Amino acid sequence: MPLLELKDVRARYGPIRALHGVSLTVDKGEVVALLGANGAGKTTTLRSVSSMTRTSGDILFDNRKIARRSPEFVARLGIAHVPEGRGLFPELTVWENLRMGARGKLGWEDAERVVAYFPWIERRRDQQAATLSGGEQQMLALGRALVSRPRLLMLDEPSLGLAPTVVAELFAIVRRLNEDEGLTVLVVEQNATIALEVAARAYVLEVGKVAVEGTSDELRRHEGVRKSYLGY
Amino acid sequence: MSRHGWTAAKVLGVAAFAVFVALLPRIFDARLGPESAEFRTGQFTLVAIWFAALLGLNILTGYSGQISLGHGAFVGLGAYVAAILSLGRPGLELYMLDPPSWLPIGDGMRPVFTIPLAALVTGLIGLLFGFPALRLGGVSLALATLAVAVSFPIIMKRFETVTGGGGGINLNLPETPFGWDISTRHWLYYEAWVTAGVLLLIGWLLTRGRVGRAWRALRDGEVAAISSGVNPALYKTLAFGVSSAFAGAAGALLAIEVAYVNPDTFPVSLSILLLASAVIGGLGSLVGALFGALLYVFLPIYSEKPPIFSFDFADQAPSVVFGVVLIVIMVLLPGGIAGLVKRLSALVRGGWAARRTSQPGA
Amino acid sequence: MLGVGGIVAAILAVLLIGLLLAQTEDEFTWGAYGQQIASGLSQGAIFASLALALVLIYRATDILNFAQGEMATFTTYIAWSLMNHMPYWPAFALTLGIAFVFGAAVERTIIRPVEHRPEIVVVIVTIGLLIALNGLTGWLWGAEVKPFDSPFSLRAIDIGGVTVTVQDIGVFCVCLVTVALLWAFFRFTTLGLTMRAVANSQDASRLLGVRVGWMLALGWGLAAVLGAVAGMMAAPTLFLDPNLMLVVLIYSFAAAVLGGIDSPLGAVVGGLLLGVIINLLGTYVDFIGGELRLPSALAVLLIVLLIRPQGLFGHRVVRRV
Repeated sequence: MPLLELKDVRARYGPIRALHGVSLTVDKGEVVALLGANGAGKTTTLRSVSSMTRTSGDILFDNRKIARRSPEFVARLGIAHVPEGRGLFPELTVWENLRMGARGKLGWEDAERVVAYFPWIERRRDQQAATLSGGEQQMLALGRALVSRPRLLMLDEPSLGLAPTVVAELFAIVRRLNEDEGLTVLVVEQNATIALEVAARAYVLEVGKVAVEGTSDELRRHEGVRKSYLGY
Repeated sequence: MSRHGWTAAKVLGVAAFAVFVALLPRIFDARLGPESAEFRTGQFTLVAIWFAALLGLNILTGYSGQISLGHGAFVGLGAYVAAILSLGRPGLELYMLDPPSWLPIGDGMRPVFTIPLAALVTGLIGLLFGFPALRLGGVSLALATLAVAVSFPIIMKRFETVTGGGGGINLNLPETPFGWDISTRHWLYYEAWVTAGVLLLIGWLLTRGRVGRAWRALRDGEVAAISSGVNPALYKTLAFGVSSAFAGAAGALLAIEVAYVNPDTFPVSLSILLLASAVIGGLGSLVGALFGALLYVFLPIYSEKPPIFSFDFADQAPSVVFGVVLIVIMVLLPGGIAGLVKRLSALVRGGWAARRTSQPGA
Repeated sequence: MLGVGGIVAAILAVLLIGLLLAQTEDEFTWGAYGQQIASGLSQGAIFASLALALVLIYRATDILNFAQGEMATFTTYIAWSLMNHMPYWPAFALTLGIAFVFGAAVERTIIRPVEHRPEIVVVIVTIGLLIALNGLTGWLWGAEVKPFDSPFSLRAIDIGGVTVTVQDIGVFCVCLVTVALLWAFFRFTTLGLTMRAVANSQDASRLLGVRVGWMLALGWGLAAVLGAVAGMMAAPTLFLDPNLMLVVLIYSFAAAVLGGIDSPLGAVVGGLLLGVIINLLGTYVDFIGGELRLPSALAVLLIVLLIRPQGLFGHRVVRRV
C-alpha cells in the first residue's frame, strides 16, 4: 500500500485549470521525482497534497483521505512541504525558524540531528534568515522540515537558483536521509538529471497530466524524456 | 428581450421615476393633512440632497476605487460656501462676521445660484486634494480622508470671522424666486430633485464613456490600467474633483433647505455614515446612490444632526442595525442593494430568454 | 545602538526646544515646561497602547482596524459596570480577560469571512463594526457622560522643580508595563514565537502545521487587551461616554503611522513622541492653542503619509499596490 496516492486529481486557480487529472503513488521509503517544464503543474501537485489549493479527486496518505482538509491538518499528519521560495520566516533568526519546524517546541535530539547534517546552523543561530545565502536558506528550510520527523518530505525545486556544487551537496543529503533513515521523499525538479540520480521512480508532467512514468533507468532511456528534459 | 429592448426599458423606467418624483408632492397634498404633507415632502427633499451627495461618493469609491472617509467634509464645505455667498458681505455683517477682504464674497445672491458656485469651489478644492491623494492608496487614503473629516468641524469653529464659529450662520429663509406661484416647500423640493437629476445625468454620461471605463480600469487593477494607457493621475484627480463638486452641490442644497449651517452638522460620523449608505445602497452603481439616500433618510436614526456619536439615547439602537447590516452586506452581498436588484433582474432576463429559446420557431 | 542614540537625541531635542522657548516665550518657566512634557508622556503612553494594538493587528493580518477605539470603549464600559460591584484592580483584571475573549471572538466571527477579500471590503467591515459598537455602547449604557474612577490620586509631586501628578506617573507606568509584558511574551514564549512567525508568513506557518486561525484570534485578543488598558487609563481624564476612544483612536492612528505601521517599537515611540509634541504645540503655539490639537496630530499624519509613508521605524508602507 503506497504511503501517498493521488487519484485523478484536478486543480484550478480561479478560472485557470492547472491539473487535469493527475494520478501517482509514492511508496514508503522511496524517493520519487516529479519532472516537467515550467507551468506543467508540478508545484500545483505538491500544493494539492498540502491542501493549499482547491482540488477535486482523491488524495490518500497512509490510506487516509486528506484532500480538502486544512493545510494545518495535513502538515500535522507528518507531511513536510518545503515550497518553492523555501517558505522561511525572513525576520526570524535561523534558530527561531528551526524551532518553528516543531511548532515552537524543539527537542534536543531533533535539534542535534539537524545540526549534524548542517553544522553551520549552530554557529549562525542568531542570524536573521533573510540575510542567508540561497544555498543556506535551502538547507535551513530542509533542516526545518526534518525537525518535525516527517513521514513524507516534499521538496519543490530545491535546486532553483543554486550553484551546481550546492545542488549536489543538497541532493547528497537527501540521498543520505533516504538511505540512512528511510525517509520517503517526493521531489519536484526542473533539473531532471540530478533528480533521476537520486530518485528510484519518476513521473513526467505535461500540461497538468502525467505524460510518462517509470523507473529512473526507464526514463533515462526514454527518447522523449531524453530529448526534452535530459538534453541528449 | 433584446439588448435594445432592455435599454429601452431602462429609459422608460427612469422616465417613469421622474414622473413619479414630480407628482409626489401633489400626492402628499392630496392624501395627507397639510402638516404631514409638508413633512413628507421635506423628507423626500432630503432624499434628493443625499442622493446627490452619494452620487459623488459612488463615483469616487465605487467607480474609481478610492476610499473616502471625508465626503461629509466636502458636503459641509459646499454648505458653508452657499451660506456665505447667499448672504454676501452685507448679510454677514449683520451677524457680526467680518471675513477677510481678500475673499471674493459678493453682496449676496439668490440661493439657487449658489448651488453651481458651491459645486465649483468644492470641486476645485477636491481637485487640489486629488493630487496628494495620488501618492496614497487604499487604507492610507482612508486614513487621510478621515483626517480631513475630523478636522473639518474643528477648523470651521476656529475661523469664526468667516464661518460664524460654533454658532454657525443663519441663511435668509428660502423664498420662491421669480415670483412663481408655487409654495416654498414645493420649490425647495423641485430645486433639489432637478439638481439631483442634472448630477445624475452628468454622472451617467461620465461613467458611460471613456472616463468611466478608465475609472473602472483603475479600480480593478492600477498596473494593468496603466499599461493599457490610462493616465492614473488624470483620472484619479478627476474623480476627486467630480465627487467633491457633487458633494458641494448637495451641501448647498442642504444649506438652503435647512437655512442654517453649523459645524456640528458635519461631524466625522456624517462621512462614515455616507460611506456606509453608499456601500449598502450599492457601490459602482448610480442607482445604488438612490437606495443609499433612502436608507440614510428613513432608517430612523436621522435627527437634526447626523446620527451615531449623537447624544440622543433613542437613536442608538438603529446605529447597531446600521453597522450590522453593513457587515452582513459586505460578507454576503458586496454589491449592496443595487447589486441584489441587478442579480434579480438578470435572473428575470435569463428566465425570459430561456422561455424564448424554448419556444418552437424562436 | 539605535535605542541609546535615540534617547540621547530625544533628551538633546527637549533641551534645545526648551532653550528656544525660553528665548521666545514671555512666561516660560522650566518647571512648567517639564510639566507639559510629563503630562505629554502620560497622554502619549495611552496613544502608544492603542497604537500598538493597531500595529499588532496590522502586522498579523494586514488589516487596519478602524474599530479598535470602539472596542476599547466597549470594554471600558464593561469595566465601569464591574467597578460598581468590586474594587478597582480586580475589576481591571477581569476586564482585561473579557477584552481578550471579546477581541478573539470578533476576529473569529466577523473578520474571518472577509480576511482574504480586497482591502476596501475589510476597511468597510471594520467601519461597520465601529458603527455597531458605538450604537451598542450607547444603547446598553446610555449616552450620558459618566465619571470613571482612577486608581491614582491627583496629588501632585515635586520632582526636581517639576510638578507631576501621581495620576500621570501611574498612567505612564501601567501602559508601559503592559507593553513590556507583551514584548516579553512575544520574545520569550513559544506562543509568542508562533505568532511572530504567522505575522511573517501565514502560508509558511500553515505548511508547518500551525493553526493560523487561532493565532490570529489570539492576536486580536491581545490587541483588545491593549485597547482596554488604554481606555481605562484615558477614561478618568476624558470621561466616559460612547465617543471616548474615537479621539484617542485618531491620535493613535497618527502615532502608529508616525512610528511605522508595522513596527511595534515605532508605535510606542510614536505614541510618546506625539503626546509630547501635541502638548507642547498646544501650550506654546498660540495659533494652535487648545482647539487645533487634533488637527495638528492629523497634520502630522498627513505629512508622514506623504513624505515618508513607512514612518520612523517601519518597513512596509500602509498601502497595497
